[in-house]
Amino acid sequence: MLEIKELHASVAKKEILKGLSLSVKAGEVHAIMGPNGSGKSTLAQVLAGHPSYTVTGGTVSYFGKDLLEMSPEDRAKEGIFLAFQYPVEIPGVSNSYFLRAGYNEIRKHRGEPELDVMDFNKLLKERSKVLHIDDSLLNRPVNEGFSGGEKKRNEIFQLAVLEPRLAILDETDSGLDIDALRTVSDGVNKLRSKDRAFIVVTHYQRLLNYIVPDFVHVLSAGKIVKSGGKELALELEKRGYDWVKEPVAAGAAL
Amino acid sequence: MEPVEELATKEYKWGFVTDIESETIAKGLNEDVVRLISSKKNEPTWLLDWRLNAFRQWQKLKEPKWPNVTYPPIDYQACSYYSAPKQNVKKGSMDEIDPELVKTYEKLGIPLDEQKRLSNVAVDAVFDSVSVATTAKDYLEKLGIIFCSFSEAVQKHPDLIRKYLGSVVPSNDNFFASLNSAVFSDGSFCWIPKGVKCPMELSTYFRINAADTGQFERTLIVAEEGAIVSYLEGCTAPKRDTNQLHAAVVELVAQKDANIKYSTVQNWYPGDKEGKGGIYNFVTKRGRCAGANSKISWTQVETGSAITWKYPSVILQGDNSVGEFYSVAVVNNRQQADTGTKMIHVGKNTRSTIVSKGISAGKGQNTYRGQVKVVKKATGARNYTQCDSLLIGDRCGAHTFPYIEVQNSSARVEHEASTSKISEDQIFYCKQRGVSTENAINMIVNGFCKEVFRELPMEFAVEAQKLLGVSLDGSVG
Ligand SMILES: Nc1ncnc2c1ncn2[C@@H]1O[C@H](COP(=O)(O)OP(=O)(O)OP(=O)(O)O)[C@@H](O)[C@H]1O
Ligand SMILES: [Mg+2]
Repeated sequence: MLEIKELHASVAKKEILKGLSLSVKAGEVHAIMGPNGSGKSTLAQVLAGHPSYTVTGGTVSYFGKDLLEMSPEDRAKEGIFLAFQYPVEIPGVSNSYFLRAGYNEIRKHRGEPELDVMDFNKLLKERSKVLHIDDSLLNRPVNEGFSGGEKKRNEIFQLAVLEPRLAILDETDSGLDIDALRTVSDGVNKLRSKDRAFIVVTHYQRLLNYIVPDFVHVLSAGKIVKSGGKELALELEKRGYDWVKEPVAAGAAL
Repeated sequence: MEPVEELATKEYKWGFVTDIESETIAKGLNEDVVRLISSKKNEPTWLLDWRLNAFRQWQKLKEPKWPNVTYPPIDYQACSYYSAPKQNVKKGSMDEIDPELVKTYEKLGIPLDEQKRLSNVAVDAVFDSVSVATTAKDYLEKLGIIFCSFSEAVQKHPDLIRKYLGSVVPSNDNFFASLNSAVFSDGSFCWIPKGVKCPMELSTYFRINAADTGQFERTLIVAEEGAIVSYLEGCTAPKRDTNQLHAAVVELVAQKDANIKYSTVQNWYPGDKEGKGGIYNFVTKRGRCAGANSKISWTQVETGSAITWKYPSVILQGDNSVGEFYSVAVVNNRQQADTGTKMIHVGKNTRSTIVSKGISAGKGQNTYRGQVKVVKKATGARNYTQCDSLLIGDRCGAHTFPYIEVQNSSARVEHEASTSKISEDQIFYCKQRGVSTENAINMIVNGFCKEVFRELPMEFAVEAQKLLGVSLDGSVG
């Protein structure tokens, strides 16, 4: 479904991704780990099409189409969803109104009829139960005054409503308490299917006990320097990142 | 951000011109013109004298220079002060109205036909200088409510007009109010008798059609003891590349226990992207809470006009009276707005609320100017002011000038202000969920204005939301 080849990207004239390659098939869950500042969020933002990030080389194909040519909203409509590391607040716009706007855009794009408020609210109710989302959060302005954990949970709630084909979770586990972590993971696990893929960015092996990945990749200095199965996460937890860091960088440090 | 050519193609869709034969008097302004207007309307002498007096005062007044707006000098001799569609000799039944006019209003979404008219709204349709139709009149008459054009009221209810005309906005109040008092041509008059709750929305739709004319209308609304009324005002004008002057006066009087709600959706032609053309909207609106426990509430959504200069105000004379001002003002491209309110607390335990939402986009300049005055004897007066500005892009401006004058130590006056900007990250967040830039801005702006839209009658709130979308077109680029 997703084929990233030799991707180079920069932000504020600084190159962050330096030749990253990754291949994701439908049904798979890929975990991406790596030190702070290695470019994990950059990868997520580039895939979503954030205008501050400039792609300077490489290709990304998504279901055979050139993803980099698509506008951010078209990527969303084609089923790419990013659960943000730092979700923004939108004062005055209720969460449910916001979601319905996105949901209906996606439906329109698929040639399906839009849902009216009544039907959509029914859907929201249903999905909110799964994630133990408080009804009051639905009517509150998007992320405004939400606690850190509520914001993260809200991202996964949106994911559950929008049902993307490729979901990218950027440190969704950070800031969640243990119960919330379990609920969110349960939610994600329910959404796992043979048609849907996940890229899960995390710092903690703990999350991967709940959301068991098919692959684990280590991103360091803008490149994937090691890939493996779920055991790799355990090993990283024990040994840290130093042993997998890019040979060139390690060499430079000598 | 992404190119927005696609957005820019959406246009001011009310900009058409009605092809109709009009009688327009020669350009220029002098006493003879004032006399001519008065005689065309067959006015009593006292009214002509009132106009002439206003005209003489106007000649001594100076155009205000304190508003935070700039425009080339206006040549008051270069415009015509009266223009009326020719066929409009006598009106009453729909058959007598020029079908072109009926079509025009239908195109604007205001059916005048009694069968087709909006079920819960009575409309007075003002076309250039005259009222061409008033709907639901007979029905309202049965309840004792007077709702008719100003000219008709002068003929049929001269005592009421004489009693209240200029009682809230005196003819020497300010430059534009004086000008209006001298040359006003038509407008609406509403009178709600004691104890009557008006069962439908009363509204006036103002349409400027003729070129190089000004529109100077007057609205007078009187709610007698215990009466309740909700009034709506809408307006549009064709797209023309010269500026046109609109200088209106609105006076409201609320007697004891009366309640007047006045809502405006102002959508005059704003001029083009480069600031060519558009209406100069210089308006004086004021209400007097004359009796105890009365209430006057202004809600305005200002999206149009090249320049807006208006401060709907309330004089809180009666004890325990309440004044409210809810405002959304949008400027895009080269539009300029200097708007706000005055709340003058005179009676005891009077309360006022001001909620102002200013949105600036393009190279627009938006100024909030508000005065809260508590006189010495106004014990227990309270005011709450909230004044928020939203900026879209970085070439626009927002300015706030609150004037607070408190002469009674028991008064409580609170002022809160904020300025925010629509961030690229907010828009990106929306886009990541499938929402286009245009809709994202719309959504964010509407969220910002929520507290004001809530005050509008239902259908108008929807209309106002749509309008905001149109006027912010192409504001991100
Ligand atoms: N908008 C920006 N302007 C300037 N520098 C940026 C910007 N966004 C990211 N960077 C820089 O790019 C580098 C990679 O950042 P990125 O957010 O991708 O790291 P990360 O791997 O997600 O880190 P973390 O684990 O801390 O979330 C960092 O050095 C960061 O400071
Ligand atoms: Mg990150």
